[in-house]
Amino acid sequence: MSETASQPLTTVETAKKLGLLPEEFDRIKEILGRVPNFTELSIFSVMWSEHCSYKNSITWLKTLPKKGSKMLVEAGEENAGLVDIGDGLACAFKIESHNHPSALEPYQGAATGVGGINRDIFTMGARPIAQLNSLRFGNPDSQKTKWLMKGVVKGIGDYGNAFGIPTVGGEVYFDECYNQNPLVNAMSVGILEVGKMVSATSYGAGNPVFIVGSSTGKDGIHGATFASEDITEASSEKIPAVQVGDPFQEKLLLEASLEVITTGAVIGMQDMGAAGITCSTSEMSAKGKHGMEIHLDKVPTRQEGMLGWEILLSESQERMLIVVEKGREADVLAVFDKWDLNCVQIGTVTEGERLRYYMHGELVADVPAHDLVLGGGAPVYSREYAEPAYFQEYRKFSIDSIPVPDAEGLKKAAWHLIGHPNICSRQWVSDQYDSMVGTVNMSTNAPSDAAIVNIKGSDRALALTVDCNSRYVKSDPETGTAIAVAEAARNIVCSGAEPTAITNCLNFGNPYSPEVYWTFVGAIKGMGAACRKFDTPVTGGNVSFYNQSVFDSKVEPVFPTPTIGMVGLLTSKKHLMTLHFKHAGDLIYLVGRSRNDINSSEYLYSHLGVKGSPAPFLDLDEEARLHGLLLDLIYNGEVASVHDVSDGGLFISLFESARAGRLGFDISTDEEFRTDAFLFGESQSRAVVSVRPEMQEAFVEHLSASEVDFTFLGEVTDSPEMVVDGQNFGNLNEAVKVYDGVLAGKMA
Amino acid sequence: MKFGVVIFPGSNCDHDMIYVLRNIMGQEVVELWHKDHDLQGCDMVVLPGGFSFGDYLRSGAIARFSPIMTEVIAHADRGGYVFGVCNGFQVLCEAGLVPGALLHNGTQKFICRNVNIRCETSRSLITSAIEPGQVLTIPIAHGEGRFYADSSTLAEMQSNDQVLFRYCDPTGKLDDAANPNGATGHIAGVCNKGRNVFGMMPHPERASDLELGNTDGRIIFESMLGALLERS
Repeated sequence: MSETASQPLTTVETAKKLGLLPEEFDRIKEILGRVPNFTELSIFSVMWSEHCSYKNSITWLKTLPKKGSKMLVEAGEENAGLVDIGDGLACAFKIESHNHPSALEPYQGAATGVGGINRDIFTMGARPIAQLNSLRFGNPDSQKTKWLMKGVVKGIGDYGNAFGIPTVGGEVYFDECYNQNPLVNAMSVGILEVGKMVSATSYGAGNPVFIVGSSTGKDGIHGATFASEDITEASSEKIPAVQVGDPFQEKLLLEASLEVITTGAVIGMQDMGAAGITCSTSEMSAKGKHGMEIHLDKVPTRQEGMLGWEILLSESQERMLIVVEKGREADVLAVFDKWDLNCVQIGTVTEGERLRYYMHGELVADVPAHDLVLGGGAPVYSREYAEPAYFQEYRKFSIDSIPVPDAEGLKKAAWHLIGHPNICSRQWVSDQYDSMVGTVNMSTNAPSDAAIVNIKGSDRALALTVDCNSRYVKSDPETGTAIAVAEAARNIVCSGAEPTAITNCLNFGNPYSPEVYWTFVGAIKGMGAACRKFDTPVTGGNVSFYNQSVFDSKVEPVFPTPTIGMVGLLTSKKHLMTLHFKHAGDLIYLVGRSRNDINSSEYLYSHLGVKGSPAPFLDLDEEARLHGLLLDLIYNGEVASVHDVSDGGLFISLFESARAGRLGFDISTDEEFRTDAFLFGESQSRAVVSVRPEMQEAFVEHLSASEVDFTFLGEVTDSPEMVVDGQNFGNLNEAVKVYDGVLAGKMA
Repeated sequence: MKFGVVIFPGSNCDHDMIYVLRNIMGQEVVELWHKDHDLQGCDMVVLPGGFSFGDYLRSGAIARFSPIMTEVIAHADRGGYVFGVCNGFQVLCEAGLVPGALLHNGTQKFICRNVNIRCETSRSLITSAIEPGQVLTIPIAHGEGRFYADSSTLAEMQSNDQVLFRYCDPTGKLDDAANPNGATGHIAGVCNKGRNVFGMMPHPERASDLELGNTDGRIIFESMLGALLERS
């Protein structure tokens, strides 16, 4: 019996099982003018999943700024945005989530997340030069978290290390809200020559369509649909929807893909990630306003007897679709033969925008490309949103309800923060990643707030960072997300570079919950405002809804987590600024305004146990002024070190600069403020700088003439002690031992 | 001096090595493809780091059978110079060109960080400019780097002065905490009996560019060039 004849007629019930809404099923019938067969319905279900269509988010995403003087390709035009970085080079970068697969199968889930994001970059013809990641886990003392974290870190390491691109930065954050639903966001950054970009397009009737790379198996079928539903206890049944990674194939695919571009025979290329052949054929065709005739039986498969719809929907990794100029097939085949990779013609480009998929000569699906894709016929929804009750509750918090601790209490708080999993050294994680392959990581021996990646043969370097304090976002989505952008920009600036553009990974709960959607809307508003202020357009990214954990049978969304990946440009390597104290006797200043603000600080949340409070203070104008001033100070050589104040507050910034420089500090607090707020508050727009004594006059003169507040704190000391207001807060070496040992201890 | 850097499928430190040899040390470098049989008249063949053929079996176990390796082994047997770093060292062990084997790290985890190594002898091409006892800071990045050899092999290596580098603390002491992968005798680098084949786990090519803030690895390349210049 033929494949289509053996399929039962689809009904609204089938549609629901595939994650489609009844009205979406009606719309599909309207588009086709008939009832879809199972294969066609499956195609619509993956293409109209949130993962591929952004149907519940695109309305708001469109409000984000995407234009800028340095933008060569704007968000949504290609697989990733493209930014001009000078010297005839462009930078392609993007961040993407792999949360749901990682929740079920942490090792493969995380590994394939790394693979997928790198393919997004090299499918454009850019060579990846750096990777970053942002990881969120639940309670670090739970067995489940340990299993998830060990698996995720090993998965990222094994894939990224073998692929051979350095992992230069990232963040790790713990909170119970991620207990069952970790967040795994991976970012890749690549470089190419301006004008050499390959588009994800298809045109020219008669041009051959090739599938290249790994063979197609049954892994990851309906993965995009799975990624667009709630995580529940029953989700483990969906393990077959998780893909399996092969970094060796990816490495070969990278080299072969970049080499095949140099033949000039490539019309368009797109990687196969979510929704596999379905997504790449439809998106390329819709972009190039052509159709395709695809013979699925020609696709190399890992096992016999795969059905047409399985081949169409498989999310097997390390594959690409390439449309080639007719007559140039041999040039393309030669490259893939050299690298011992599959390269098989599976179809041809046709006139019209119809996609026709065949299996052994039988037409198994006949669908219009345009109606499948984002910006075409994919549905677009405006979701309802409503302010959750907790928001006003959080705002009622007053610092006056917290007594100011005495000296002993302050010391206790300081040591709590040094040893806290959200603040301690990430070395247990980062040591498992090859951070130096490629010989471009300039931060290994010269740490700064952002990772600095050398562009060999030029005087430029990239500054990269990922940031999001999701507790702030939960407390106040708009301010919290603006802070995530501000902190990313501050990290770039503290390294001596100029913020250039961002990519975002939007991790939220179920968008059909108005309270969850309210956090999403607020986040987008805050992100837009901050990006406009810092002139850092959004080049693209990814939306991941349906992230939640279950507590006592009550479903709680994860903290709204809009991770910001930012790229900055160091226009001259001589401006590279590091964070460590350099010499005993250097003067320490706080640049930026202090406030009596402990809102949403680690101090308030985990040391004092107050879970609900507003986001810390942020004023975007004040932040922007700080950035301009810090860059001037760095360019003028007036500062010896710069380190921003963020999680854990001023005290932790001082400790981190001291730790990296192996020098102590002796400082005084400002009596105008509560000592706990001064030391541990996390209000924004501040940085700790050290100044050589001979530069003090110029520094003070410069600061006095600026609109930015500054405070003299004290000096860097030879003796490895941390002294505050004459009180010894402890020995630096002992503190370093604690700080460096936390994660290894938890994961033992 | 003419260098040939072998490119196996999965090599990923090949271009880092080429960059240092060509752009920093100013030497002639050719790429040697794993499927070829021609060493193109190189004075020294370099096997770079990476994950040759994915290293899903045992690191280096498949690369060792590549067509180019027939020629590399013949070159070594003729007394020609061969230098293997990280995965290259693993391939040399698999090919039997240097003694010992490289096992999974004691921690069972991949480790990437700066480590200290102590030069054990100046009596080799790659250490000729280094004082015995001199400590270099050079990064490692491997999952299978724990050097192992049985006691009779170790004794033979010792009496032949074949141990080039050992992991140590910043002062040169062989402290257990300073042995990142649990290597037998802290061994980080060795040569063969004929003193023409060299293997080391740390990556000197990652510590040779001034822009990366550490040039401790350069002395290994300088040793090679200096010793060869003297000879020619």
